[in-house]
Amino acid sequence: METKAFQKIYTRITQITKATCSLKATGIGYEEMATVNGRLAQVVKIVGDNVTLQVFSGTEGIPTNAEVVFLGRPPVLRVSDDLAGRFFNAYGQPIDGGPEVEGEEREIGGPSVNPVRRKQPSKLIATGIAGIDLNNTLVTGQKIPFFADPDQPYNQVMAQVALRAKADKIILGGMGLTNDDYLYYKNVFDNAGALDRIISFVNTTENPPVERLLVPDMALTAAEYFAFDKKETVLVLLTDMTLYADALSIVSNRMDQIPSKDSMPGSLYSDLAKIYEKAVQFPEGGSITIIAVTTLSSGDITHAIPDNTGYITEGQLFLRRDSDIGKVIVDPFRSLSRLKQLVIGKQTRKDHPQVMNAAVRLYADAANARTKLENGFDLTDYDERTMNFAREYSESLLAIDVNIDTTVMLDTAWKLFGRYFTKAEVSVRQEFVDLYWPADE
Amino acid sequence: MEENKQTTGKVSGIISNLVIVDVDGPVSQNEICFINLKGTRLMAEVIKVMGDKAYVQVFESTRGLRIGEPVEFMGHMLEVTLGPGILSRNFDGLQNDLDKMEGTFLNRGEYTAPIDVDREWDFTPIATEGDNVIAGSWIGEVKENWIGHKIMVPFKFEGKYVVKSVKPAGTYKASDTVAVLTNAGGRDFEVSMIQKWPVKVPVRAYTDKPRPFRLMETGVRIIDTMNPIVEGGTGFIPGPFGSGKTVLQHALSKQAEADLIIVAACGERANEVVEIFTEFPELDDPRTGRKLMERTTIIANTSNMPVAAREASVYTAMTLGEYYRTMGLKVLLLADSTSRWAQALREMSNRMEELPGPDAFPMDLPAIISSFYARAGYVFLNNGQTGSITFIGTVSPAGGNLKEPVTESTKKAARCFFALSQQRADSKRYPAVDPIDSYSKYLEYPELQEFLSENISPQWLDKVLEAKNILLRGKEAYEQINILGDDGVPIDYHLRYWKSEVIDFVILQQDAFDKTDASTPIVRQREMLGRVLDVCRADFSFDGFEEVNPYFKRVINVFKQMNYSGFQSSDYEKYAAELEEILAERRIA
Ligand SMILES: Nc1ncnc2c1ncn2[C@@H]1O[C@H](COP(=O)(O)OP(=O)(O)O)[C@@H](O)[C@H]1O
Ligand SMILES: [Mg+2]
Repeated sequence: METKAFQKIYTRITQITKATCSLKATGIGYEEMATVNGRLAQVVKIVGDNVTLQVFSGTEGIPTNAEVVFLGRPPVLRVSDDLAGRFFNAYGQPIDGGPEVEGEEREIGGPSVNPVRRKQPSKLIATGIAGIDLNNTLVTGQKIPFFADPDQPYNQVMAQVALRAKADKIILGGMGLTNDDYLYYKNVFDNAGALDRIISFVNTTENPPVERLLVPDMALTAAEYFAFDKKETVLVLLTDMTLYADALSIVSNRMDQIPSKDSMPGSLYSDLAKIYEKAVQFPEGGSITIIAVTTLSSGDITHAIPDNTGYITEGQLFLRRDSDIGKVIVDPFRSLSRLKQLVIGKQTRKDHPQVMNAAVRLYADAANARTKLENGFDLTDYDERTMNFAREYSESLLAIDVNIDTTVMLDTAWKLFGRYFTKAEVSVRQEFVDLYWPADE
Repeated sequence: MEENKQTTGKVSGIISNLVIVDVDGPVSQNEICFINLKGTRLMAEVIKVMGDKAYVQVFESTRGLRIGEPVEFMGHMLEVTLGPGILSRNFDGLQNDLDKMEGTFLNRGEYTAPIDVDREWDFTPIATEGDNVIAGSWIGEVKENWIGHKIMVPFKFEGKYVVKSVKPAGTYKASDTVAVLTNAGGRDFEVSMIQKWPVKVPVRAYTDKPRPFRLMETGVRIIDTMNPIVEGGTGFIPGPFGSGKTVLQHALSKQAEADLIIVAACGERANEVVEIFTEFPELDDPRTGRKLMERTTIIANTSNMPVAAREASVYTAMTLGEYYRTMGLKVLLLADSTSRWAQALREMSNRMEELPGPDAFPMDLPAIISSFYARAGYVFLNNGQTGSITFIGTVSPAGGNLKEPVTESTKKAARCFFALSQQRADSKRYPAVDPIDSYSKYLEYPELQEFLSENISPQWLDKVLEAKNILLRGKEAYEQINILGDDGVPIDYHLRYWKSEVIDFVILQQDAFDKTDASTPIVRQREMLGRVLDVCRADFSFDGFEEVNPYFKRVINVFKQMNYSGFQSSDYEKYAAELEEILAERRIA
């Protein structure tokens, strides 16, 4: 970010707010980068010769005579194979003590893929976690967040999924990550011997929040390089997108925009969609899969951030502690993988879709029985059986510590059906009942 | 169409995709202009004028744009190009042909021709010399896929014309003159196969728009049987994310009995459009035996494509629909999701610092929505033939709460309400259309009632209303059971509840991904409703409420096996017989 000799230096700032400063300047491009007393900033508004800059690290201590230099280009990342194994901050500067990466300069937040040049995702990602593989099967090129309260172990689950996903590159975009969690990721990847296929762009809680706004675009620019140019399978982890959205609202508030629901900017949907829609399967083989985290406040998915996210992503994985078994499970009601139907019953056993739905239906019956119990009513024999089924289903299939093959998951489900129900109560296609209904135990 | 000096301007302000332009001449609201950005031309639309400043929304990213860049105003509004060759294409919201674009990524400023003007077509004349014609009159016909694509008097032609000459049958380029028309003033006008029309203006080339009356079969039981849509009707599907809006719309696009389908993918996921691109060329249209893609046109403006073009995309789709309707065709127009278009309006209105209405949406949102829905309809054309546009949009209410401006405004405009319920989706009762809250106003139309009576059966309507009533009573019984406990209510309550569950599981629920269950022809729906009502009307004897649940589970299971079997196949008949046996066990009347 060195200044060049011929660049004009401005020294008269006319207005300063918490996140922005304005000055008179000409010949400036929209979204151009600048430095304000060395701090990185970006043009967010130009009216006549009045230019407004968003200062990523905040404007604390910026004087009216600060030196402003325009860099003549939007934010960029240098891309090459040398990115692999490296750790960067939100601006794409190394934080691992290594050298600057040499390579082609690419604008971040670049154009979208033409929809007719995409390929329909079709490759199943096996994670071993039945709450995912059985009920919410993932596919390469998918975009899906974990919805979880801040005390859920989402970073652990995500790291596990990442390592089991067999990706050529794993790109971590950390936003408001605590230093401990950052080191956790580093450790897990290191222990798995995966460090050379990891690339990280990290904004920790110690960094200014507005800087986070650059992280997803940095991570996805690197992802596009490997997935499109190099035809690799790339997995992008974005954690925590709620903190990203919070940063958006900070900026829009400080720019006096009219907030819509939950003080979020009216453009939240488009802002998030631009990021998530970078997930893609290219016909030439490369792909970008995005797994994100959206933290909830006490499980509220109607808040504008999870709500808009759910409308954009291809499903969501809802983590919840099941007090019955004392473990975190992937909640089968609120979770969904919209791409699962592209692979289940096709790349997995034929009975997969029906078994999955039947189990969830019976689990729903158990929830009704529980309500009955809580309201002080007697349970019927069927109610008792659903509740027993639910406990075992939760323990042996929904819990996130399960690590088995999909066929074993299906067999386990049939075993539970046979143990607790009649064939009519399970009600799946007769051909599957004939094939898989367990012999009496 | 007089020649004016072209208005030009210079960029004087940039706030995201809102650009302020200082102009040197007249501009009109909604006029199209092009902004020069280092040699790339960015298309934009005027959305407000204040003195000599035009506020324009740019249909592209404005990154790198500078103050002072030149702008050219085009003297017309956003227009589509109409002519043969639209069918089966994939357009963006501004009608650029996506397949003609270079490279993998969408480069801004790259605009491609919607129609190949040099393509040759086999033309057959319809009009003859001396015919009196007006806008929309049929002059000739070319074969586009399997439809007879009418070449019409351009919609922009005002007043009456006389056909001076028409080309004889033969092969002509789309841009060749195929007819010459003379207006009342004696002036001649050449007509080719191609015309243009501004998308925001409704095409009015019809004589009359009567109340629709003809059922449009969709194969979706909860629609056809319970809440029917009609040719030329309107409907909307509100629902929280994941409740099945898109799956339902895709089912309609595959199965509905329409001549052609226009899908506007408005601000939603790219992969959902890819699904259509990928699957439709392979899937058969059961009615024509041709590939589904042959009758389908896609307008894709997905969520990552320019926000301002989202609004344009639904208008582009509607205008293409109106064009084909004027040829006497049955068009089904689907838009997913109209909320994204409303949000695009909101983003822009906020940027212009307009006084916001409820939830920061623009004040005139209800008017915008209702005039859009009003463009659908069943029409009598100038020549006495009929055509229709049936329009079904999805709505994505924030937080799934239907008390929000887009849902409320749409409810006033659309006649069918297919409300998707989170609870039904959670328990995998798909399609998750709420059987109690949803409605079709058309069921109250005497015109449709008569049609149903003649084409399905004279008792059909009564049966449908009976089924609805059983559902309602079942729900009430269920609530009572929940309040008073299983043994706190008479057995009859359990029966009522379980009878409604039979309707729910057998008629309402339908697996969109099962090859047999996905689509049910109306004859089969008629038979199924009959069988289910037989069960609902019967009396059964039970010794205790505990017996009710397992018994009806068996009934439902056999019914479901029937739904999974080919209609009247040997399996189907086998299950039907099994059902009779089960019913005989406990039926007393
Ligand atoms: N009729 C149906 N049959 C089976 N599954 C369905 C049906 N409708 C929806 N689903 C399931 O619900 C998911 C979400 O549906 P979708 O239409 O994408 O929701 P929305 O558009 O409302 O967000 C689908 O991916 C599918 O798994
Ligand atoms: Mg959808």
